[in-house]
Amino acid sequence: MSEEYVLQLQHIRKEYPGVIALKDVTLELKKGEILALIGENGAGKSTLIKCCSGAVVPTSGKIVVGGTEFTSMTPQLAAENGIAIIYQEFNNVKELSAAENLFLGRPIRKGIVVDKKAMEKEAAKAFEQLRIKIDPKTLMKNLTVGYQQMIEIAKAIQQDAKILIMDEPSAPLTSAEVESMFRVVERLRKDGISIVYISHRLDEIYRLSDRIVVLRDGEYVKTLITKDSQVQELIQLMVGRELTETYPPRGSCIDKNEVVLELNNVSGNGDMNLKIHKGEIVGLGGLVGAGRTELAEMIFGAVPKQSGKMIFRGREVNPKSPREAIDLGIALVPEDRKRHGAMLGISIKNNINMPIYEKNSTLSVINSKKEMETAEKYQKSMAIKTPTLHQLVKNLSGGNQQKVILGRWLAADSELIIFDEPTRGIDVGAKYEIYKLMNDLVEKEGKAILMISSEMEELIGMSDRIVVLAEGEMTGELKKEEFKQETIMAYASVTRMEEDLTV
Amino acid sequence: MKEKVVYQLKDKAIWVVFIFLVIAFTIANPRFLNANNLLTMLRQVSMYGIASIGMTFVILLGDIDLSTGSIITFVNILCAYLMVNMGMNMILAIIITLIVSTLIGVLNGFMVSTIGIPALIATFATQTAFQGLALILCGGLPINGFTEKFRIIGQGYVGIVPVPVIIMIVCFAVGAFILNKTYFGRYFYAVGGNVEAAKLSGIRVGRIKYLVFSLSGFFAGLAGLVMLSRTNSGMSNAGQGYEFDVITCVVLGGVSVTGGYGMISGVVAGTFVIGALKNGMVLMNINSYVQAIVMGVVLALAVGFDCIQKRKQTT
Repeated sequence: MSEEYVLQLQHIRKEYPGVIALKDVTLELKKGEILALIGENGAGKSTLIKCCSGAVVPTSGKIVVGGTEFTSMTPQLAAENGIAIIYQEFNNVKELSAAENLFLGRPIRKGIVVDKKAMEKEAAKAFEQLRIKIDPKTLMKNLTVGYQQMIEIAKAIQQDAKILIMDEPSAPLTSAEVESMFRVVERLRKDGISIVYISHRLDEIYRLSDRIVVLRDGEYVKTLITKDSQVQELIQLMVGRELTETYPPRGSCIDKNEVVLELNNVSGNGDMNLKIHKGEIVGLGGLVGAGRTELAEMIFGAVPKQSGKMIFRGREVNPKSPREAIDLGIALVPEDRKRHGAMLGISIKNNINMPIYEKNSTLSVINSKKEMETAEKYQKSMAIKTPTLHQLVKNLSGGNQQKVILGRWLAADSELIIFDEPTRGIDVGAKYEIYKLMNDLVEKEGKAILMISSEMEELIGMSDRIVVLAEGEMTGELKKEEFKQETIMAYASVTRMEEDLTV
Repeated sequence: MKEKVVYQLKDKAIWVVFIFLVIAFTIANPRFLNANNLLTMLRQVSMYGIASIGMTFVILLGDIDLSTGSIITFVNILCAYLMVNMGMNMILAIIITLIVSTLIGVLNGFMVSTIGIPALIATFATQTAFQGLALILCGGLPINGFTEKFRIIGQGYVGIVPVPVIIMIVCFAVGAFILNKTYFGRYFYAVGGNVEAAKLSGIRVGRIKYLVFSLSGFFAGLAGLVMLSRTNSGMSNAGQGYEFDVITCVVLGGVSVTGGYGMISGVVAGTFVIGALKNGMVLMNINSYVQAIVMGVVLALAVGFDCIQKRKQTT
């Protein structure tokens, strides 16, 4: 039995403090097949391949490579056993040539000097084998992302890899590049190389793979034979969890007559048309890299708008900096709280007052009474748990940090609040509190909210309307009665297969 | 909470070092504790103290200003030239000099903020260029012959307190006021602590950098004027190496070299420690080459302490 498989991951379990990333996942790779590995964001795909590369040590389980059993890998062991991983970020040196990159870390030498000629000759051979046209002398920085990826693949083959694991290989490529990558991958399969292919894009999986392994929330769900499976079924398997979490109820408070934000043909990548009303929570769904954060940053003035019109409260606006956006009444609660949101080394009071300090100063001198009042007011309304407002924000829990940021934007009198993954890294109890605060914002304060979320349940549980993006384009808009995990997933992942989509 | 305690300890620690130094030097040479010597010491450090205000702001932002010494030199020559060679009114010359030194800071701000040159290189370039410009202006020769009144700035007394010490105290007060009471003081901490978050909170980081480098230029200029008055002669090597001592005062005072943390009270202590060290070593007849080694070690220790503290917090 085991001769049939070149790589077997058996009952892999990985625990982190407080989180189980992988629960009893089994994956078996046959010789000369392309095995697709799919699942939503956070399903455990990356952790699983990191177990193969040695970057992650599994808590329990076995890794069997060509009949040899391992309890864990190291990068070196992985290489020795013919496992190569093509990550999304390439491991290359931009200032060196293609040939030198191919032999990076193990150059062909003549005595103590590097033998460039020999390396170039070998490189030419390796490229020829994959039938890719790259001049070995070209500097890496002059090659497109597609070619750089080819060099990564060539490097793996050159190093005698028998098992190639590709993590979202098509994500950074243009469609023409994707085509040539497919050809190379198919050729490798013919040569007997086994490939684990991770992708969000279902059309690619149907085009390339022989079998599909589905993961969900760190668990193994099912293995499918690609040609016998249906898109519908696959989506169902990926998202098919029960909606368990409860969301605080919200009364109807949408004011259809008052459009807070309107985007007309705004393009970052594709054209976007979007309307957000007063008292409405619009969910923005899609997979990582779909362009949601970019859209948020564009509305917030942090990145420039390419074209189109943005109308905010009836006036055409074009904020060129966060400052301008804030003054208009737009706020952003960023995804990476620690890097972009809270100022950790600064007190709660100062964090809350930060956007309004200038307004609250006479001849540059801060009105400290007002400063304290503001901080107290929003500590109360946000229920920030702290003994003192002088507490540094880094000493607060994630949920409380998020509340500080929310308080800051309320203090700045924002009308539109954009939440980028509002509850990432926040524990369940605090999550519920954040949801309640968001409800209060639209219900009691009449704010408008645009909420980016990768959590299906959150998106469905909190939104009045859901807009789905894929690859920088708007692919769908759902009304409350149309909310369904499968539909959202379909819009998010299958942009290139609209024709065979029947959802 | 715990981190706050650590920081408070660290803020106090520098005062402990100061007291330790005072005791040690007094034992080595009782003349150290003499009131006259202490006032001399204060007068000696006044220029560091004045220039350290601007430097504190710059380092709070996580940047550095290497042009301080050169600005001091240039201000020396420029003000002397205006008063002696051009016969300009003293007050006018002082005002022009301060404006020019601030403008040199603006130039630093332009290079760092608008063009994006790392502060280390931008201010290094300014340092070299203005050192050269000073030499051209004076032809390498000292400029002497100021009015009696001009000497008050550096040599005068109010009661028993030297005027430069008063200027230093005022500067410390102004610095503390800016950091604690004004909105841009708050911004310095925000930008130094987390530029990205600061930007997304609506702070125009570019403007803040301009402001900080301009202030650094201004305070360096003021320190230069005090020095010119004290030495009573405009010399082309007046401020050589001053940035080193000023930076040492600031980081010794607990201002984090990576930005975002620091207080004027710490810088005051840091300045005193440097003063005590320099004065004490002279009293003990320590060779000036050895003094340079000591200063280097002190700077490395101060920054090392800061880095270890940081690492403890992150792990």
